[in-house]
Order: sequence, then structure tokens, then C-alpha cells
Amino acid sequence: MGFDAATAAVQAALDAGARYADARVMHRRYESMSARNGDVEELAQHESIGLGVRALVGSGWGFHAVPELSDAAARDAGRRAAAVATASARVPGPPIDLVPVDAAVASWASDCAVDPLGVPLSDKGDLLVGATATMREHGADLAEGLYQIWDTTKWFVSSEGHRIDQHIRECGGGISATSIGDGETQRRSYPSYRGQYGTTGWELVTSLDLAAHAARIAEESRELLTAPECPAGETDLILGGEQLALQIHESVGHAIELDRILGWEAAFAGTSWLDLARLGSLRYGSELMNVTIDPTIPGALGSFGFDDEGSPAVRRDAVREGRWVGVLAGRDSAAVAGLDYGGSVRADGWARLPMVRMTNVGLEPGPHTLDEIIAATDDGVLMDINRSWSIDDKRLNFQFGCEVGWEVRNGRRGRMLRNPTYTGIGPVFWRSMDMLSSETVAWGTPNCGKGQPGQVGHTGHPAAPARFRGVRVGVRA
Amino acid sequence: MSERTERSERDLAARVVELVRRVAGPAAEAEVLVTRTDLALTRFANSFVHQNVAETGTAVQLRLHVDGRTAAGGGSRVDPDGLAALVERTRAAARLVPPDPAWPGLTAPAPVPAGAEVDEATAFASPDERAARVRAFVDAVEGLEAAGYCRTSYRSGAFANSAGHSAVGRAAEAAMDGIARAGGADGVARLCADRLADLDGAALGARAAAKARAAADPVELPPGRYEVVLEPAAVADLLQNLAWYGFNGKRHAERLAFAEPGTAQFDPAVTLVDDPLHASTLPFDLEGTPRRALSLVTAGTTGALAYDRRSGAEAGTGSTGHGMPGGSTFGPIPHNLRLLPAERVAGATGDGPAATVGAGVTGAVGDPDTAALVAGVRRGLLVSDFWYTRVLDPKQLVVTGLTRNGVWLVEDGVPVRAVRDFRFTESYPRALGPGRVLGLGRSPVRQPDRSDGSWWEAPAVRLSSWNFTGGASG
Repeated sequence: MGFDAATAAVQAALDAGARYADARVMHRRYESMSARNGDVEELAQHESIGLGVRALVGSGWGFHAVPELSDAAARDAGRRAAAVATASARVPGPPIDLVPVDAAVASWASDCAVDPLGVPLSDKGDLLVGATATMREHGADLAEGLYQIWDTTKWFVSSEGHRIDQHIRECGGGISATSIGDGETQRRSYPSYRGQYGTTGWELVTSLDLAAHAARIAEESRELLTAPECPAGETDLILGGEQLALQIHESVGHAIELDRILGWEAAFAGTSWLDLARLGSLRYGSELMNVTIDPTIPGALGSFGFDDEGSPAVRRDAVREGRWVGVLAGRDSAAVAGLDYGGSVRADGWARLPMVRMTNVGLEPGPHTLDEIIAATDDGVLMDINRSWSIDDKRLNFQFGCEVGWEVRNGRRGRMLRNPTYTGIGPVFWRSMDMLSSETVAWGTPNCGKGQPGQVGHTGHPAAPARFRGVRVGVRA
Repeated sequence: MSERTERSERDLAARVVELVRRVAGPAAEAEVLVTRTDLALTRFANSFVHQNVAETGTAVQLRLHVDGRTAAGGGSRVDPDGLAALVERTRAAARLVPPDPAWPGLTAPAPVPAGAEVDEATAFASPDERAARVRAFVDAVEGLEAAGYCRTSYRSGAFANSAGHSAVGRAAEAAMDGIARAGGADGVARLCADRLADLDGAALGARAAAKARAAADPVELPPGRYEVVLEPAAVADLLQNLAWYGFNGKRHAERLAFAEPGTAQFDPAVTLVDDPLHASTLPFDLEGTPRRALSLVTAGTTGALAYDRRSGAEAGTGSTGHGMPGGSTFGPIPHNLRLLPAERVAGATGDGPAATVGAGVTGAVGDPDTAALVAGVRRGLLVSDFWYTRVLDPKQLVVTGLTRNGVWLVEDGVPVRAVRDFRFTESYPRALGPGRVLGLGRSPVRQPDRSDGSWWEAPAVRLSSWNFTGGASG
């Protein structure tokens, strides 16, 4: 049924004058549960199915989406997409081409040992209730737990002959403890700010062993209330892997999105400091910096078999030994830029236009361990677990806050520090990286916002702890 | 067409309530919201239309309380099988979750206001009509690069619950948001309106272009505390963060919010009203509670907080009509906030349209309203817009973020030159605190949210101090 509706929509768009069309039928089941202070707070389930069709008329794109899969509805959607594309031509741009891609006829499914929607709700509830109750017992004023599950089936058809179906299962979760003091709050989370997520089954959540970490993070959140403030000044900074994952996401992943570089996101998401003329030569960071774009990593949240334009998942370099060498691209943006690859285009649902999105953008590991990095640091701060994030519209000036910091003195981890923040300029920061750990985790980010109407993307970020020299820390109001 | 769709949504909601009765028995409590959405958005960049989308959809949201347990479900399938599956899935989920002793019950039958009149021409505007406004914007920037969007939306909603309460409503909205770019400097113009006809692409483009030209060749100034005049786009960010984190009744109950009713927490010039009926939006919330104006701050004193049924029951206040998807986790949030302008503080609650953008374009200042505030500044900064603001500490509402789309140094009442963007770290309630608001404009401008149905309306504001913590170099 999915292929039939998509095929009808594509044909109708072509009949209405489109020179290219593609259509995606998506069926998604979503489930989330949250618990607070030992009780289930909300259980929500959602099921959505519909069709989105994209048409290219001249140099204008049009997109129309409907929640029906009947032949008539699909054909009407195709015609409307062509009409929207025709209207785009009232404010025309340069000619649009699409970089070539083999017309795949294929099926793909993500690895999944334990179907997350098949796990009894009572078991999933017990997990969150137990962990949040433990955090309360250990002093948290607010103990929260959450899991989320997405089970998505897609059928993709293009006027070039694509016919691809994919079944992608994603899930994850986490817990957090908040302690409230005199005019301030402190929070500790495990294993990450919103939890850990992957393109995998419930085995991911089981492996996190949330219950085993509940007491610790509750006690640490209380301890933070009386910990000394992170000092203000310039120092060596060691980042834990989870925070480094977000640093990669914000200051590398978004910056290498080709639609931003071309100015297509200028009014909303912003542009990029990167200039295509310097692709291949620009020094992005230190020689330790090797960043890949890799949607083939098993289990990582940005993995798939084919993107939403039918391009197959392929691993590519983005930064090699500190030099900028690759971008995240779609078929049209790549053609405009004179590049020969796309493969990074996705939509968050049937009703949304596919756009350039991070897949798994990650930092290759280095030779050290976190303990070795600490041992090699005379005077610095170790920060971990993101608390706040902000970066300018060119992806240069950033400021991040972390949940917790520790002094590092004479090669040892010292006192816990509260309200740690650090700030800097992307390429200056990345050039200051001088030690990198081998302890890589592919962190999942399920909440990447981009696009108008807004879309929420799922991205993955392999990252390990690293050290940066001479970073400004401790910014305050 | 519109009346037909409204009937259809009402019938669907009633059908789901009846299905619940059959499946779960007469004791089951159910509330259903059916929303039809027609959303269209034409995006432009590099002065051409690069994305152009339209979407039609119907969403059904069901919350079910049965045998003392509560579950929620939703979906896009409105065929008989889809509705039956939704009810069965939600019923099955409710069996498996723990008891919910704090269930606040259903909204009792109550009259629901009609809401603002719907402009049919906006509700079902054609892609050509949006493209025409984009064309006008692009032409008006006279050779600068232009980027932005023109959006139209229509919502038709129907609510029904098993307590016999029902509500219907419709809403249409239009918004345009664009920048002009001159040599790396951007100028912005942004407006939300009930009618597409009220959006003048040429006027918006001319304003954006004037500001972009005035933002050329910026210098870098040292970080520090500066007196500021914030234009309505920047003030909208203050309102949004105050709404999410300050006036959220659930977060207040958890001691995470700064707001304390009955306390003079703001400057006497500050009067804030959440006023959903001031512009086109559905006149009831997710739980069917009628919406109304809610005075959050009156002449500097915090007066009220936003509640849905659950948080309102716990606080003993009842719902203020702020039930929303996800609200049981994050809490109820006002989404239609107005900072009342200087001449309207006394007793005004919601009359008169927001000012149009475009009149009196003079470059950096942009309009006479802002000019009047800037004229009083001996040395300070004029800020157009804020960007990527994030909360560092929710209790004090300390926020970090950046300026965007133009900053100017003001000396002796005159913008003397463009300044490079700053990073700031500031407590929003402190910045608006007693003695800190040096002036309010007289012409509020409605700013669109990223989602239709939410908006933030404010005049320009002059504040005694804003904490800029870094410049473009770090």
C-alpha cells in the first residue's frame, strides 16, 4: 500500500508538469513514558501515517503532504505539490540539478534484538518508577526518568526508479535528579542530559542500568548545592565525552551543513563560517581532529540504509587531521556546490520536507584514556554532562554550561565545582585540542531542531573525552 | 468548506467519546481533541523561493481515565479502524500504568468564547499569494540578498469529553519573517497577523533593507554592562522565556520558577497579559477549558500563573486554560503574551491591532516608536534581535544568548555606528526589575512564534542595564 500510494503521487506530479518527483509514505508509532518522584507521570502513545510528495518544476520545488493513502488522495497530493512548485517559480532562483544516484530497489532494517514496543508497559514503568524512587530516597527534590521509542516504516519512490522500504527502530532513555537550594537549582543526569538514544532495540535501555546510577546522581545533585563555583578565567579544559558530543554537534555538525553554507537557512537557523572555496584546505582544528560523517554505524542514532532522497548510507570524512574536507549534503545542494555526493537528507515525518541533516557526525578516537589526560594536566577544569548550549548563527561563538565540574590540580581530580561554563570560538577551540581519549561512545541526540515548519532530527555523535588548552571558563550573569 | 470541516471535527470527537463508552464502559472518563490543520509556508533565501510546502492533516488526541488510571494516545488515522485502534491502544495502556490518585477530573460543561473571526482568505491562501509577498519583499530590498518565509495557517478544532462538555473553534494566522543582507550585515522585519492581507511584503522588505544597510561595517566593543533599547523582536525572546520558565504553574509548585504571586518583582512599567483571544487562536485548550485573558504581571507585581487542570487542582486555583500536549511533564505555558505598551498600562486588556511594520523607516532605528526611546539614551546599545537563548539557571532565569540582525552604539540619543554581535548572560527578571525599565514604546508589534498559534506582542523597551559577557572574538 505504501509503494502504491507513493507511486501514484509521483506519477500525478509528473503528469502535472514536474520534471522530477519523489514521494515518501511513513508510518510511525511513538511511545514515551515519564516518571517523577516514584510515580509514572505520563504515558503517551501516538500513531501517524501519511504521504509527502516533492515535485520539481523548472527551478522550483513544491511539497505537499496528506494523511491519506487512497489513490485519489495520493494523486491529488502529487498535483498539489506540482502546483506549489509552479508558484515557487514566481521568485525563481538558479537552475537546479540533482547529483546522480543509482536508482535503488531495496529493503533495509535496523538491528533490533528486543522490540521496544513489545516490552510490557509494566516492566518499562517499573524501571522508571524504581529509579526515580531511589533518587528521592537519596535526597533529590525532583527525580525524573524518561524513555522514548520510535518505530518507523518508510516507503520511498522516485521518478528516477527508486523503490526503497526501510524499517527503523529507535529508542533510549535516562534519569535526572534535581536539588533545590537557596535561589538556585542543581541537576545531575545519567547517562546524559536527556538520556542515551540509538537506532536499536530495548537492549540499549537495559544496558544503561539506570537503577545502578540513581543514588549516585541524587547525592551529587545535593553535593553541587554547596560546591564552590567554577572559577572564572582561562584554563585547560577537559571535556567528558557526552559534552564533547554536543560540542561536535553544534560547532562542527551544523557548520558543515551545505544548505547553511549556501545561505539557504540564513534567516532562521543561520549560515556557516565555512567558505566552500576553502574546502580541502581550511584548518578547522588540531591534527588530532578527525571527524567523520557515517550513517553506517550500527546502533548509532543517525544511522539508516538510505536517506530520504534514496541515497545510500556512505561513510565520508568531514575533517581529516584538522583540515576541513567534507560536508553534509543533499542532491540539489551538492549540485549547486559542484560536489558529487548527497546522502544526508532526512525529514522527521511524512508531513515534512526532507532537508540536510546530520547523520552520525563524530570524532575518531585518540591514543589516551581520560585518566591519562587528567594525569597530564597541572591546572585545569574537567566538565561533564551538558546543561545549556548556545552558539551564534555562523556557528562560531559558543557558550556551553555543564552539570558538573571538577578541579584538576597536579594531575589529580580535585573538588567538585558548580555552575561550570566555558566559551570560545569554534576553530580556535578545536585548534587547542591536544589530548584525545580512545573511550568513544556514540551519543544520540534526539532533539535537533531545524527547518520551517520546524523539524526534530535524530543524530548520532561518536565522541571521547579530550583536552583543550587555554579556554575561558566560569562566565556569569 | 470551513463549516463542513468544523462539523467533521465535531463528529469525529463525539465518535471517539462514544467508542470509549462502548469499549471501556460508562464509568470511563475520556477527553478528545480533534484538530484539522492546513499549514503552508513559502521559504526564500538568496532572494529566491527555495522551499515551498503545504500540509493538510487531522490529529486526534485522546486522554482516558479508567479504573483510577490515566493514559494518553494520539494519531493521524481517522478512519473507523484507526479510531478503534486508538481507543483500544489507549485503553490497554491505561490498564498497565499505576493508579493516578491526583487525576483532576474532566472539564465540566461551560460556555466557550467564539474566538476571533477567521479570515477565509488567509485560511486557504494559495501558494501564489504567498509567493507574491515574497516577490514584494525581494523587490523591496533593492539588490540585497533576502531570506525568510511567508506562512499561512488554519486550524479547526473540536473538543468533547464524557462529562458532556464540548467546544469548537477555528483560527487562521499569517506571518512573515525576513532578513536583508548587506555585506555580511543582516536587518530583520517580522510580523504576525490575523489576515494575510495585513502583511505588506514591500514594507517589511524595505525595513529589513534599511536596517541591513545601517548595520554595515560593525566595530567590536568590549563586553560589559550597557544600557539598551530592545526592539520588539528582542523583547519577544524575553516574553517567551518568562512564559516557559517563570509563569509555569507546575514549575512554580516544584520551586523551579522565580515568579511569586503578590510580589513586586518587576518594574512598575511592566504589565504582562496572556491574551489568547486578542488574536486568532483556538478559544479552548487541550482539556476543553475556555481560554481568557490572564494578567500575569500588573504594574510590576506578579499576579497569576498558568495552570492546566492537574497543576491547577494541586495549586487550588483551577485551570487557567493552559492545557497543552506535553504539559503534564513540562508544565503549562502561556503562548500569547503581551507586554502592554506605555499608554495602555491602565486597565487595557486586548483591544486594537498590533502596529504594522514599515512606517517611518529611518535606518538603524527603524520606526518612530523606537526612535523616541533611543533619543533618551546618553550611551548605550540598540538591539534588534536575540538568538539561541538558553537557560543557565531556571530559578533566577539566567539566560545566555547572542544578539543578531543588528546592534548599534547609541550616543546622545543617536545611533552612531554598527556594532558586532555580542554574547550576553543575564537574569531576565532582574533586567526587568524595579527601577530598571527606563521606557516602553507605544506601538506593540506582534511577533510570530516558530509554531503558528503562538505569538509574542511587545513594544520596544529601554532597560538600564544588560550584561554582555563576550564579543565576536570570544
